[in-house]
Amino acid sequence: MNKSSSFTKTKLSTYTGLPNPILAIFAHYSNAIYLRMKKSVQNLKVVSNQRLNKDHALLELKSEVLLEGILPGQFANILVDKSQKVFLRRPFSIFQVDYKCNSIFILIKGIGEGTKALSKSLVGDTLSVIFPLGRGYTFPAKRSKVLLVGGGVGIAPLMLLATMLKQDNHQIEILLGARTGEDLVELENFAKYGTIHTTTEDGSHGTEGFVTNHALFGEELKSFDRIYTCGPEPMMKAVARLAHLNSVDCEVSLENTMACGYGVCLCCVTETTGGHRCVCTDGPVFDIKQLKWQN
Amino acid sequence: MAELSIDIAGLKLKNPVMTASGTFGFGVEFDDFFDLNSLGGFVVKGTTLHPRQGNSYPRMAETPSGMLNAVGLQNGGVKYFAENIYPRLLVYDTNILVNVSGSTVEEYIACAEQINELDHIAGIELNISCPNVKEGGMAFGTSCPAAEAVVKAVRKVYHKPLMVKLSPNVTNITDIALAVEASGADSVSLINTILAMAIHAESRKPVLSTVTGGLSGPAIKPVALRMVWQVSKSVKIPVVGIGGIMNSTDAIEFFLAGASAIQVGTANFIDPMASQHIIAGIDNYLDRHKFKSIKEIIGGLQL
Repeated sequence: MNKSSSFTKTKLSTYTGLPNPILAIFAHYSNAIYLRMKKSVQNLKVVSNQRLNKDHALLELKSEVLLEGILPGQFANILVDKSQKVFLRRPFSIFQVDYKCNSIFILIKGIGEGTKALSKSLVGDTLSVIFPLGRGYTFPAKRSKVLLVGGGVGIAPLMLLATMLKQDNHQIEILLGARTGEDLVELENFAKYGTIHTTTEDGSHGTEGFVTNHALFGEELKSFDRIYTCGPEPMMKAVARLAHLNSVDCEVSLENTMACGYGVCLCCVTETTGGHRCVCTDGPVFDIKQLKWQN
Repeated sequence: MAELSIDIAGLKLKNPVMTASGTFGFGVEFDDFFDLNSLGGFVVKGTTLHPRQGNSYPRMAETPSGMLNAVGLQNGGVKYFAENIYPRLLVYDTNILVNVSGSTVEEYIACAEQINELDHIAGIELNISCPNVKEGGMAFGTSCPAAEAVVKAVRKVYHKPLMVKLSPNVTNITDIALAVEASGADSVSLINTILAMAIHAESRKPVLSTVTGGLSGPAIKPVALRMVWQVSKSVKIPVVGIGGIMNSTDAIEFFLAGASAIQVGTANFIDPMASQHIIAGIDNYLDRHKFKSIKEIIGGLQL
Protein backbone atom coordinates (compact mmCIF):
# COMPACT_ATOMS: atom_id res chain seq x y z
CA MET A 1 0.00 0.00 0.00
CA ASN A 2 1.43 3.38 -0.90
CA LYS A 3 0.25 6.87 -0.19
CA SER A 4 -1.32 7.54 -3.55
CA SER A 5 -3.41 4.39 -3.55
CA SER A 6 -4.45 4.55 0.05
CA PHE A 7 -6.81 7.42 -0.68
CA THR A 8 -9.64 5.90 -2.62
CA LYS A 9 -10.43 8.35 -5.34
CA THR A 10 -13.90 8.58 -6.68
CA LYS A 11 -15.75 11.10 -8.79
CA LEU A 12 -18.20 13.50 -7.25
CA SER A 13 -20.98 12.23 -9.46
CA THR A 14 -20.44 8.60 -8.57
CA TYR A 15 -20.33 9.00 -4.81
CA THR A 16 -23.40 10.42 -3.19
CA GLY A 17 -23.08 8.96 0.28
CA LEU A 18 -21.32 12.00 1.68
CA PRO A 19 -23.12 14.79 3.44
CA ASN A 20 -22.71 18.05 1.56
CA PRO A 21 -20.32 19.81 3.94
CA ILE A 22 -17.91 16.89 3.72
CA LEU A 23 -18.17 16.89 -0.05
CA ALA A 24 -17.29 20.56 -0.04
CA ILE A 25 -14.16 19.90 1.97
CA PHE A 26 -13.00 17.11 -0.28
CA ALA A 27 -13.84 19.01 -3.40
CA HIS A 28 -11.15 21.52 -2.48
CA TYR A 29 -8.46 18.95 -2.04
CA SER A 30 -6.37 18.61 -5.18
CA ASN A 31 -9.59 18.89 -7.14
CA ALA A 32 -10.11 15.23 -6.36
CA ILE A 33 -12.70 13.58 -4.21
CA TYR A 34 -11.48 11.28 -1.51
CA LEU A 35 -13.67 8.69 0.05
CA ARG A 36 -14.57 9.61 3.57
CA MET A 37 -13.40 6.92 5.96
CA LYS A 38 -16.34 5.59 7.93
CA LYS A 39 -16.11 6.20 11.63
CA SER A 40 -15.81 3.01 13.64
CA VAL A 41 -14.83 1.64 17.03
CA GLN A 42 -11.53 -0.16 16.67
CA ASN A 43 -9.10 -1.85 19.01
CA LEU A 44 -5.75 -0.36 17.99
CA LYS A 45 -2.46 -1.79 19.08
CA VAL A 46 0.17 0.56 20.51
CA VAL A 47 3.22 -0.09 18.31
CA SER A 48 5.34 2.70 19.73
CA ASN A 49 5.23 5.27 22.51
CA GLN A 50 7.83 7.95 22.10
CA ARG A 51 8.32 10.26 25.08
CA LEU A 52 9.04 13.70 23.63
CA ASN A 53 9.62 15.57 26.89
CA LYS A 54 8.47 15.40 30.49
CA ASP A 55 4.77 15.45 29.70
CA HIS A 56 4.36 14.90 25.95
CA ALA A 57 4.12 11.44 24.38
CA LEU A 58 3.60 10.40 20.79
CA LEU A 59 1.68 7.15 20.37
CA GLU A 60 1.61 5.14 17.17
CA LEU A 61 -1.53 3.03 16.95
CA LYS A 62 -1.88 0.33 14.33
CA SER A 63 -5.19 -0.51 12.76
CA GLU A 64 -6.23 -3.90 11.38
CA VAL A 65 -8.72 -2.15 9.14
CA LEU A 66 -7.46 -0.42 5.99
CA LEU A 67 -7.13 3.29 6.70
CA GLU A 68 -8.73 5.57 4.14
CA GLY A 69 -8.77 9.32 3.72
CA ILE A 70 -8.39 10.92 7.14
CA LEU A 71 -8.51 14.71 7.14
CA PRO A 72 -6.30 16.98 9.19
CA GLY A 73 -8.30 18.28 12.14
CA GLN A 74 -10.26 15.06 12.49
CA PHE A 75 -9.94 13.39 15.85
CA ALA A 76 -10.01 10.10 17.70
CA ASN A 77 -11.92 9.43 20.91
CA ILE A 78 -9.93 7.07 23.10
CA LEU A 79 -11.14 4.95 26.02
CA VAL A 80 -9.04 5.21 29.17
CA ASP A 81 -9.08 1.61 30.29
CA LYS A 82 -6.37 1.90 32.90
CA SER A 83 -8.08 4.47 35.09
CA GLN A 84 -11.15 3.68 37.16
CA LYS A 85 -11.79 7.37 37.73
CA VAL A 86 -12.16 8.26 34.07
CA PHE A 87 -15.61 7.44 32.72
CA LEU A 88 -15.70 9.15 29.34
CA ARG A 89 -13.37 8.81 26.39
CA ARG A 90 -10.77 11.49 25.72
CA PRO A 91 -10.63 13.21 22.33
CA PHE A 92 -7.29 13.76 20.53
CA SER A 93 -6.43 15.22 17.15
CA ILE A 94 -4.99 12.76 14.68
CA PHE A 95 -1.39 13.96 14.53
CA GLN A 96 -0.20 11.98 11.55
CA VAL A 97 -1.28 9.05 9.41
CA ASP A 98 1.12 6.45 8.08
CA TYR A 99 -0.81 4.73 5.31
CA LYS A 100 2.11 2.38 4.59
CA CYS A 101 2.05 0.98 8.12
CA ASN A 102 -1.71 1.52 8.46
CA SER A 103 -1.24 3.45 11.66
CA ILE A 104 -2.25 6.76 13.18
CA PHE A 105 -0.19 8.92 15.53
CA ILE A 106 -1.62 10.66 18.58
CA LEU A 107 0.20 13.44 20.44
CA ILE A 108 -0.72 13.41 24.11
CA LYS A 109 0.11 15.91 26.81
CA GLY A 110 -0.42 14.35 30.21
CA ILE A 111 -2.54 16.91 32.04
CA GLY A 112 -5.32 15.12 33.91
CA GLU A 113 -5.99 11.57 35.00
CA GLY A 114 -7.09 10.36 31.56
CA THR A 115 -4.35 11.95 29.47
CA LYS A 116 -1.67 10.88 31.94
CA ALA A 117 -2.85 7.26 31.87
CA LEU A 118 -2.95 7.22 28.07
CA SER A 119 0.46 8.88 27.74
CA LYS A 120 1.88 5.95 29.73
CA SER A 121 0.48 3.32 27.35
CA LEU A 122 2.87 0.45 26.76
CA VAL A 123 3.87 -1.03 23.44
CA GLY A 124 1.56 -3.99 22.92
CA ASP A 125 -1.37 -2.41 24.79
CA THR A 126 -4.67 -2.25 22.97
CA LEU A 127 -6.69 0.96 23.02
CA SER A 128 -10.34 1.26 22.07
CA VAL A 129 -10.48 4.16 19.62
CA ILE A 130 -13.42 5.72 17.77
CA PHE A 131 -12.21 7.49 14.63
CA PRO A 132 -12.03 9.38 12.41
CA LEU A 133 -14.42 11.92 13.90
CA GLY A 134 -15.37 15.48 13.08
CA ARG A 135 -14.85 17.87 10.25
CA GLY A 136 -11.29 18.80 9.43
CA TYR A 137 -9.51 21.77 7.92
CA THR A 138 -10.36 22.64 4.32
CA PHE A 139 -7.83 23.08 1.54
CA PRO A 140 -7.35 26.10 -0.69
CA ALA A 141 -8.64 25.56 -4.21
CA LYS A 142 -5.54 27.04 -5.85
CA ARG A 143 -1.88 27.21 -4.85
CA SER A 144 -1.72 29.44 -1.79
CA LYS A 145 0.55 30.92 0.82
CA VAL A 146 -0.61 29.59 4.17
CA LEU A 147 0.34 30.14 7.80
CA LEU A 148 -0.04 27.41 10.39
CA VAL A 149 -0.13 28.68 13.97
CA GLY A 150 0.06 26.20 16.83
CA GLY A 151 0.19 26.82 20.55
CA GLY A 152 1.18 24.23 23.15
CA VAL A 153 -0.31 20.82 22.50
CA GLY A 154 -2.54 22.60 19.95
CA ILE A 155 0.11 21.75 17.38
CA ALA A 156 -1.46 18.28 17.28
CA PRO A 157 -3.67 18.61 14.18
CA LEU A 158 -1.13 20.76 12.30
CA MET A 159 1.34 17.99 11.39
CA LEU A 160 -1.13 16.10 9.22
CA LEU A 161 -2.35 19.41 7.84
CA ALA A 162 1.18 20.48 6.93
CA THR A 163 1.80 17.07 5.33
CA MET A 164 -1.24 17.30 3.11
CA LEU A 165 -0.76 20.99 2.25
CA LYS A 166 2.80 20.15 1.19
CA GLN A 167 1.55 17.30 -0.99
CA ASP A 168 -0.75 19.86 -2.56
CA ASN A 169 2.23 22.14 -3.22
CA HIS A 170 1.20 25.15 -1.12
CA GLN A 171 3.72 27.60 0.31
CA ILE A 172 3.79 26.90 4.04
CA GLU A 173 5.03 28.91 7.02
CA ILE A 174 4.68 27.28 10.43
CA LEU A 175 4.64 29.28 13.66
CA LEU A 176 4.74 27.30 16.88
CA GLY A 177 4.45 28.82 20.34
CA ALA A 178 5.02 27.45 23.82
CA ARG A 179 5.75 28.57 27.38
CA THR A 180 9.36 27.49 27.13
CA GLY A 181 11.70 25.89 24.60
CA GLU A 182 11.41 22.44 26.16
CA ASP A 183 7.71 22.40 25.36
CA LEU A 184 8.33 22.81 21.63
CA VAL A 185 8.18 19.30 20.23
CA GLU A 186 8.52 17.74 16.78
CA LEU A 187 10.17 20.82 15.27
CA GLU A 188 12.36 18.71 12.95
CA ASN A 189 9.34 16.91 11.54
CA PHE A 190 7.42 20.15 11.05
CA ALA A 191 10.43 21.55 9.23
CA LYS A 192 9.96 18.93 6.49
CA TYR A 193 6.81 20.68 5.40
CA GLY A 194 7.48 24.38 5.75
CA THR A 195 9.55 27.20 7.20
CA ILE A 196 9.54 27.05 11.00
CA HIS A 197 9.18 30.03 13.33
CA THR A 198 8.87 29.82 17.09
CA THR A 199 7.89 31.96 20.05
CA THR A 200 8.27 31.20 23.75
CA GLU A 201 6.90 33.13 26.68
CA ASP A 202 10.27 33.02 28.43
CA GLY A 203 12.27 33.76 25.31
CA SER A 204 14.24 30.50 25.56
CA HIS A 205 13.47 29.63 21.92
CA GLY A 206 12.63 31.98 19.06
CA THR A 207 10.85 35.24 19.62
CA GLU A 208 9.92 36.11 23.20
CA GLY A 209 6.21 36.41 23.84
CA PHE A 210 3.03 34.97 22.36
CA VAL A 211 2.64 33.80 18.78
CA THR A 212 0.90 37.06 17.92
CA ASN A 213 4.04 38.96 19.01
CA HIS A 214 5.92 37.36 16.12
CA ALA A 215 6.86 39.50 13.14
CA LEU A 216 4.66 37.30 10.93
CA PHE A 217 1.71 39.06 12.56
CA GLY A 218 3.00 42.43 11.35
CA GLU A 219 2.83 43.76 7.81
CA GLU A 220 3.54 40.33 6.37
CA LEU A 221 0.25 38.90 7.58
CA LYS A 222 -1.63 40.36 4.63
CA SER A 223 0.51 38.31 2.25
CA PHE A 224 -1.08 35.06 3.44
CA ASP A 225 -4.11 33.60 1.74
CA ARG A 226 -5.12 31.61 4.76
CA ILE A 227 -4.26 31.00 8.40
CA TYR A 228 -4.85 27.68 10.13
CA THR A 229 -4.63 27.63 13.89
CA CYS A 230 -5.03 25.41 16.91
CA GLY A 231 -4.10 26.11 20.51
CA PRO A 232 -5.45 27.66 23.69
CA GLU A 233 -8.66 29.59 23.05
CA PRO A 234 -7.27 33.04 23.99
CA MET A 235 -4.44 32.46 21.51
CA MET A 236 -6.82 31.39 18.74
CA LYS A 237 -9.06 34.38 19.44
CA ALA A 238 -6.07 36.72 19.17
CA VAL A 239 -4.99 35.05 15.92
CA ALA A 240 -8.54 35.18 14.58
CA ARG A 241 -8.88 38.88 15.43
CA LEU A 242 -5.70 39.75 13.57
CA ALA A 243 -6.66 37.55 10.63
CA HIS A 244 -10.03 39.25 10.47
CA LEU A 245 -8.46 42.75 10.69
CA ASN A 246 -6.18 41.87 7.80
CA SER A 247 -8.92 40.16 5.78
CA VAL A 248 -7.12 36.82 5.78
CA ASP A 249 -9.20 33.62 5.80
CA CYS A 250 -8.77 31.74 9.04
CA GLU A 251 -9.76 28.31 10.28
CA VAL A 252 -9.54 27.34 13.93
CA SER A 253 -9.79 23.95 15.59
CA LEU A 254 -11.72 24.15 18.84
CA GLU A 255 -11.27 22.05 21.92
CA ASN A 256 -14.24 21.15 24.06
CA THR A 257 -15.26 18.61 26.64
CA MET A 258 -17.48 16.05 24.99
CA ALA A 259 -19.22 12.87 26.01
CA CYS A 260 -19.71 11.06 22.70
CA GLY A 261 -17.68 12.67 19.90
CA TYR A 262 -20.23 11.94 17.17
CA GLY A 263 -23.04 14.41 17.64
CA VAL A 264 -25.55 12.67 19.85
CA CYS A 265 -24.98 13.96 23.38
CA LEU A 266 -25.09 17.65 22.36
CA CYS A 267 -22.76 18.55 25.22
CA CYS A 268 -19.86 20.15 23.32
CA VAL A 269 -21.73 23.04 21.76
CA THR A 270 -20.19 26.35 20.78
CA GLU A 271 -21.90 29.62 19.85
CA THR A 272 -21.98 30.13 16.09
CA THR A 273 -23.78 32.44 13.73
CA GLY A 274 -26.17 29.51 13.23
CA GLY A 275 -26.80 29.04 16.95
CA HIS A 276 -25.42 26.26 19.13
CA ARG A 277 -23.35 23.81 17.08
CA CYS A 278 -21.57 20.65 18.18
CA VAL A 279 -17.80 20.99 18.16
CA CYS A 280 -17.52 17.24 17.52
CA THR A 281 -19.55 17.09 14.29
CA ASP A 282 -19.90 20.65 12.98
CA GLY A 283 -16.25 21.14 13.98
CA PRO A 284 -13.79 20.85 15.57
CA VAL A 285 -12.60 23.05 12.71
CA PHE A 286 -14.58 26.22 12.11
CA ASP A 287 -14.09 29.15 9.79
CA ILE A 288 -13.82 32.19 12.09
CA LYS A 289 -16.72 33.74 10.18
CA GLN A 290 -18.94 31.04 11.71
CA LEU A 291 -17.85 31.95 15.23
CA LYS A 292 -18.80 35.08 17.08
CA TRP A 293 -15.16 35.99 17.61
CA GLN A 294 -14.78 39.27 15.73
CA ASN A 295 -15.15 41.45 18.80
CA MET B 1 -30.86 -18.83 20.23
CA ALA B 2 -33.71 -17.93 22.56
CA GLU B 3 -36.82 -16.02 21.58
CA LEU B 4 -36.05 -12.34 22.10
CA SER B 5 -39.16 -10.72 20.67
CA ILE B 6 -41.54 -8.98 23.01
CA ASP B 7 -44.72 -6.95 22.71
CA ILE B 8 -44.71 -3.74 24.73
CA ALA B 9 -48.37 -2.77 24.69
CA GLY B 10 -48.62 -2.75 20.91
CA LEU B 11 -44.96 -2.10 20.15
CA LYS B 12 -43.70 -5.31 18.62
CA LEU B 13 -39.98 -5.39 19.40
CA LYS B 14 -37.76 -7.97 17.70
CA ASN B 15 -35.66 -7.87 20.85
CA PRO B 16 -36.03 -6.03 24.14
CA VAL B 17 -33.17 -3.58 23.51
CA MET B 18 -33.93 0.00 22.61
CA THR B 19 -31.70 3.04 22.77
CA ALA B 20 -32.60 6.00 24.95
CA SER B 21 -33.60 9.46 23.88
CA GLY B 22 -30.88 12.06 24.10
CA THR B 23 -28.14 9.48 23.70
CA PHE B 24 -28.86 8.31 20.18
CA GLY B 25 -29.44 11.49 18.15
CA PHE B 26 -31.86 10.70 15.36
CA GLY B 27 -30.36 7.25 14.90
CA VAL B 28 -28.73 8.20 11.59
CA GLU B 29 -25.57 9.20 13.48
CA PHE B 30 -25.03 5.49 14.18
CA ASP B 31 -25.27 4.32 10.56
CA ASP B 32 -21.49 4.07 10.29
CA PHE B 33 -21.35 1.85 13.36
CA PHE B 34 -24.05 -0.79 12.89
CA ASP B 35 -27.32 -1.72 11.21
CA LEU B 36 -30.03 0.03 13.21
CA ASN B 37 -32.54 -2.63 12.18
CA SER B 38 -30.86 -4.92 14.69
CA LEU B 39 -32.43 -2.90 17.51
CA GLY B 40 -35.77 -3.55 19.13
CA GLY B 41 -36.29 0.13 18.66
CA PHE B 42 -34.80 3.53 19.21
CA VAL B 43 -36.08 6.74 20.71
CA VAL B 44 -35.07 9.91 18.93
CA LYS B 45 -34.04 12.97 20.85
CA GLY B 46 -36.43 15.13 22.83
CA THR B 47 -38.68 17.06 20.46
CA THR B 48 -40.73 20.11 21.31
CA LEU B 49 -43.35 22.12 19.45
CA HIS B 50 -40.97 25.05 18.92
CA PRO B 51 -37.23 24.98 18.21
CA ARG B 52 -35.01 25.23 21.28
CA GLN B 53 -31.37 26.35 21.46
CA GLY B 54 -30.79 24.48 24.70
CA ASN B 55 -28.69 25.70 27.60
CA SER B 56 -25.38 27.51 27.50
CA TYR B 57 -22.03 25.74 27.59
CA PRO B 58 -20.78 24.01 29.77
CA ARG B 59 -23.49 21.40 29.62
CA MET B 60 -21.61 18.37 30.80
CA ALA B 61 -19.62 17.23 33.82
CA GLU B 62 -17.85 13.92 34.22
CA THR B 63 -18.54 12.42 37.64
CA PRO B 64 -17.60 9.14 39.35
CA SER B 65 -19.12 6.32 37.24
CA GLY B 66 -21.29 8.72 35.35
CA MET B 67 -21.89 12.18 34.04
CA LEU B 68 -24.15 15.18 34.41
CA ASN B 69 -25.79 16.82 31.45
CA ALA B 70 -27.71 20.03 31.12
CA VAL B 71 -28.45 20.08 27.40
CA GLY B 72 -31.91 21.53 27.90
CA LEU B 73 -33.78 19.86 25.04
CA GLN B 74 -31.89 21.48 22.18
CA ASN B 75 -33.87 20.55 19.08
CA GLY B 76 -35.19 22.00 15.86
CA GLY B 77 -38.85 21.63 16.78
CA VAL B 78 -41.43 19.10 15.56
CA LYS B 79 -41.92 20.78 12.17
CA TYR B 80 -38.19 20.59 11.46
CA PHE B 81 -38.22 16.96 12.55
CA ALA B 82 -41.15 16.06 10.31
CA GLU B 83 -39.70 17.80 7.27
CA ASN B 84 -35.98 17.17 7.56
CA ILE B 85 -35.38 14.14 9.75
CA TYR B 86 -38.44 11.96 9.36
CA PRO B 87 -37.87 11.26 5.64
CA ARG B 88 -34.43 9.88 6.50
CA LEU B 89 -35.95 7.48 9.03
CA LEU B 90 -38.23 5.75 6.52
CA VAL B 91 -35.45 3.36 5.52
CA TYR B 92 -35.31 1.72 8.94
CA ASP B 93 -37.28 -1.41 9.79
CA THR B 94 -37.45 -1.04 13.55
CA ASN B 95 -39.64 0.74 16.07
CA ILE B 96 -38.87 4.43 16.09
CA LEU B 97 -40.30 6.45 18.94
CA VAL B 98 -40.20 10.21 19.28
CA ASN B 99 -39.55 11.62 22.71
CA VAL B 100 -41.99 14.50 23.13
CA SER B 101 -41.61 17.31 25.64
CA GLY B 102 -43.20 20.69 26.26
CA SER B 103 -43.58 23.67 28.55
CA THR B 104 -47.37 23.55 28.62
CA VAL B 105 -50.04 20.89 28.12
CA GLU B 106 -51.03 22.69 24.91
CA GLU B 107 -47.50 22.33 23.55
CA TYR B 108 -47.47 18.61 24.31
CA ILE B 109 -50.81 18.22 22.52
CA ALA B 110 -49.75 20.19 19.43
CA CYS B 111 -46.49 18.26 19.18
CA ALA B 112 -48.22 14.88 19.63
CA GLU B 113 -50.79 15.76 16.98
CA GLN B 114 -48.03 16.33 14.46
CA ILE B 115 -46.24 13.11 15.40
CA ASN B 116 -49.55 11.29 15.01
CA GLU B 117 -49.44 12.14 11.29
CA LEU B 118 -46.11 10.36 10.80
CA ASP B 119 -46.93 6.76 9.83
CA HIS B 120 -43.45 5.39 10.30
CA ILE B 121 -43.19 6.56 13.90
CA ALA B 122 -44.26 3.61 16.04
CA GLY B 123 -45.01 5.54 19.18
CA ILE B 124 -44.36 8.47 21.46
CA GLU B 125 -42.27 8.47 24.57
CA LEU B 126 -43.81 11.27 26.58
CA ASN B 127 -41.07 13.08 28.45
CA ILE B 128 -42.46 14.41 31.71
CA SER B 129 -39.10 14.14 33.40
CA CYS B 130 -36.48 16.42 31.82
CA PRO B 131 -34.66 18.10 34.72
CA ASN B 132 -32.92 20.68 32.54
CA VAL B 133 -35.64 23.04 31.40
CA LYS B 134 -37.02 25.94 33.37
CA GLU B 135 -40.65 25.41 32.46
CA GLY B 136 -42.56 22.17 32.11
CA GLY B 137 -40.47 19.06 31.68
CA MET B 138 -39.96 17.53 35.06
CA ALA B 139 -42.72 19.64 36.61
CA PHE B 140 -45.22 17.40 34.82
CA GLY B 141 -43.62 14.27 36.16
CA THR B 142 -43.31 15.18 39.80
CA SER B 143 -46.94 15.60 40.78
CA CYS B 144 -49.79 13.18 40.12
CA PRO B 145 -52.36 15.79 39.00
CA ALA B 146 -49.89 17.36 36.53
CA ALA B 147 -48.87 13.96 35.14
CA GLU B 148 -52.52 12.92 34.78
CA ALA B 149 -53.41 16.15 32.99
CA VAL B 150 -50.68 15.90 30.36
CA VAL B 151 -51.07 12.15 29.73
CA LYS B 152 -54.87 12.40 29.42
CA ALA B 153 -54.56 15.33 27.02
CA VAL B 154 -52.01 13.62 24.79
CA ARG B 155 -53.92 10.32 24.91
CA LYS B 156 -56.90 12.08 23.32
CA VAL B 157 -54.93 13.16 20.25
CA TYR B 158 -52.39 10.36 19.93
CA HIS B 159 -53.65 6.99 18.80
CA LYS B 160 -50.56 4.82 18.75
CA PRO B 161 -48.49 3.34 21.60
CA LEU B 162 -47.85 5.94 24.28
CA MET B 163 -44.90 5.34 26.60
CA VAL B 164 -44.43 7.78 29.47
CA LYS B 165 -40.91 8.45 30.74
CA LEU B 166 -40.86 8.93 34.48
CA SER B 167 -38.70 11.09 36.69
CA PRO B 168 -36.81 9.58 39.61
CA ASN B 169 -36.90 12.97 41.36
CA VAL B 170 -40.01 12.16 43.36
CA THR B 171 -40.84 10.83 46.79
CA ASN B 172 -42.89 7.90 45.51
CA ILE B 173 -42.50 6.92 41.88
CA THR B 174 -45.23 4.29 42.03
CA ASP B 175 -47.84 6.98 42.69
CA ILE B 176 -46.82 8.75 39.48
CA ALA B 177 -46.72 5.46 37.56
CA LEU B 178 -50.22 4.54 38.73
CA ALA B 179 -51.47 8.01 37.82
CA VAL B 180 -50.14 7.84 34.25
CA GLU B 181 -51.45 4.27 33.87
CA ALA B 182 -54.91 5.42 34.90
CA SER B 183 -54.63 8.33 32.46
CA GLY B 184 -54.10 6.11 29.44
CA ALA B 185 -50.38 5.40 29.16
CA ASP B 186 -49.63 2.11 27.38
CA SER B 187 -46.28 1.68 29.09
CA VAL B 188 -43.83 3.52 31.31
CA SER B 189 -40.09 3.96 30.87
CA LEU B 190 -37.87 4.77 33.80
CA ILE B 191 -35.75 6.36 34.98
CA ASN B 192 -34.80 9.70 33.48
CA THR B 193 -31.72 11.38 34.96
CA ILE B 194 -31.39 12.20 38.65
CA LEU B 195 -31.17 15.88 39.51
CA ALA B 196 -27.62 16.50 40.65
CA MET B 197 -24.76 18.96 40.65
CA ALA B 198 -20.99 19.25 40.38
CA ILE B 199 -18.76 21.94 41.87
CA HIS B 200 -15.29 23.00 40.82
CA ALA B 201 -13.52 23.53 44.15
CA GLU B 202 -10.59 25.62 42.88
CA SER B 203 -12.75 28.21 41.14
CA ARG B 204 -15.60 27.81 43.65
CA LYS B 205 -17.99 27.68 40.72
CA PRO B 206 -20.56 25.17 39.52
CA VAL B 207 -19.32 23.03 36.63
CA LEU B 208 -22.57 23.39 34.68
CA SER B 209 -23.91 26.68 33.31
CA THR B 210 -27.27 25.74 34.83
CA VAL B 211 -25.72 24.83 38.22
CA THR B 212 -27.77 21.61 38.38
CA GLY B 213 -28.13 18.90 35.76
CA GLY B 214 -29.14 15.30 35.27
CA LEU B 215 -26.96 12.43 36.45
CA SER B 216 -26.73 9.34 34.27
CA GLY B 217 -24.50 6.31 33.87
CA PRO B 218 -23.63 3.35 36.10
CA ALA B 219 -23.84 5.61 39.18
CA ILE B 220 -27.64 5.61 38.93
CA LYS B 221 -28.21 1.93 38.13
CA PRO B 222 -29.02 0.83 41.70
CA VAL B 223 -31.60 3.60 42.02
CA ALA B 224 -33.10 2.71 38.65
CA LEU B 225 -33.30 -0.98 39.52
CA ARG B 226 -35.08 -0.22 42.76
CA MET B 227 -37.61 2.02 41.00
CA VAL B 228 -38.24 -0.45 38.16
CA TRP B 229 -38.84 -3.14 40.76
CA GLN B 230 -41.27 -0.97 42.74
CA VAL B 231 -43.17 0.25 39.69
CA SER B 232 -43.42 -3.14 37.97
CA LYS B 233 -45.06 -4.58 41.08
CA SER B 234 -47.61 -1.77 41.13
CA VAL B 235 -48.75 -1.25 37.54
CA LYS B 236 -50.22 -3.67 34.99
CA ILE B 237 -48.73 -1.94 31.94
CA PRO B 238 -45.23 -2.91 30.73
CA VAL B 239 -42.22 -1.23 32.28
CA VAL B 240 -39.17 -0.27 30.20
CA GLY B 241 -36.00 -0.12 32.30
CA ILE B 242 -33.45 2.67 31.85
CA GLY B 243 -30.52 3.77 34.00
CA GLY B 244 -26.84 3.03 33.71
CA ILE B 245 -27.15 -0.09 31.58
CA MET B 246 -23.65 -0.64 30.23
CA ASN B 247 -23.66 -4.36 29.43
CA SER B 248 -25.92 -7.38 29.14
CA THR B 249 -25.57 -8.29 32.83
CA ASP B 250 -26.98 -4.88 33.73
CA ALA B 251 -29.81 -5.47 31.27
CA ILE B 252 -30.62 -8.89 32.75
CA GLU B 253 -30.84 -7.33 36.21
CA PHE B 254 -33.51 -4.95 34.90
CA PHE B 255 -35.52 -7.83 33.40
CA LEU B 256 -35.34 -9.68 36.70
CA ALA B 257 -36.54 -6.52 38.47
CA GLY B 258 -39.59 -6.49 36.22
CA ALA B 259 -38.68 -4.59 33.05
CA SER B 260 -40.15 -5.99 29.82
CA ALA B 261 -37.60 -4.12 27.72
CA ILE B 262 -34.67 -1.84 28.36
CA GLN B 263 -33.13 1.30 26.91
CA VAL B 264 -29.40 1.80 26.57
CA GLY B 265 -28.46 5.41 27.24
CA THR B 266 -25.16 6.84 28.41
CA ALA B 267 -23.37 3.63 27.34
CA ASN B 268 -23.87 4.81 23.74
CA PHE B 269 -21.42 7.65 24.46
CA ILE B 270 -18.70 5.32 25.70
CA ASP B 271 -19.26 2.63 23.10
CA PRO B 272 -21.56 3.22 20.15
CA MET B 273 -21.68 -0.58 19.77
CA ALA B 274 -22.96 -1.08 23.35
CA SER B 275 -26.51 -1.96 22.29
CA GLN B 276 -25.16 -4.62 19.93
CA HIS B 277 -23.07 -6.25 22.63
CA ILE B 278 -26.05 -6.16 24.98
CA ILE B 279 -28.37 -7.91 22.50
CA ALA B 280 -25.81 -10.67 21.98
CA GLY B 281 -25.16 -10.96 25.70
CA ILE B 282 -28.86 -11.32 26.58
CA ASP B 283 -29.19 -14.11 24.05
CA ASN B 284 -26.14 -15.81 25.52
CA TYR B 285 -27.51 -15.51 29.07
CA LEU B 286 -30.85 -17.04 28.11
CA ASP B 287 -29.14 -19.95 26.36
CA ARG B 288 -26.78 -20.49 29.27
CA HIS B 289 -29.66 -20.64 31.73
CA LYS B 290 -31.80 -22.69 29.34
CA PHE B 291 -34.57 -20.14 29.01
CA LYS B 292 -36.46 -20.36 25.75
CA SER B 293 -37.72 -16.79 25.79
CA ILE B 294 -36.91 -13.42 27.29
CA LYS B 295 -40.43 -13.48 28.75
CA GLU B 296 -39.37 -16.19 31.19
CA ILE B 297 -37.04 -13.89 33.11
CA ILE B 298 -39.17 -10.75 33.29
CA GLY B 299 -39.86 -10.13 36.97
CA GLY B 300 -38.00 -13.33 37.73
CA LEU B 301 -36.21 -12.03 40.77
CA GLN B 302 -35.83 -14.87 43.28
CA LEU B 303 -36.82 -13.46 46.65
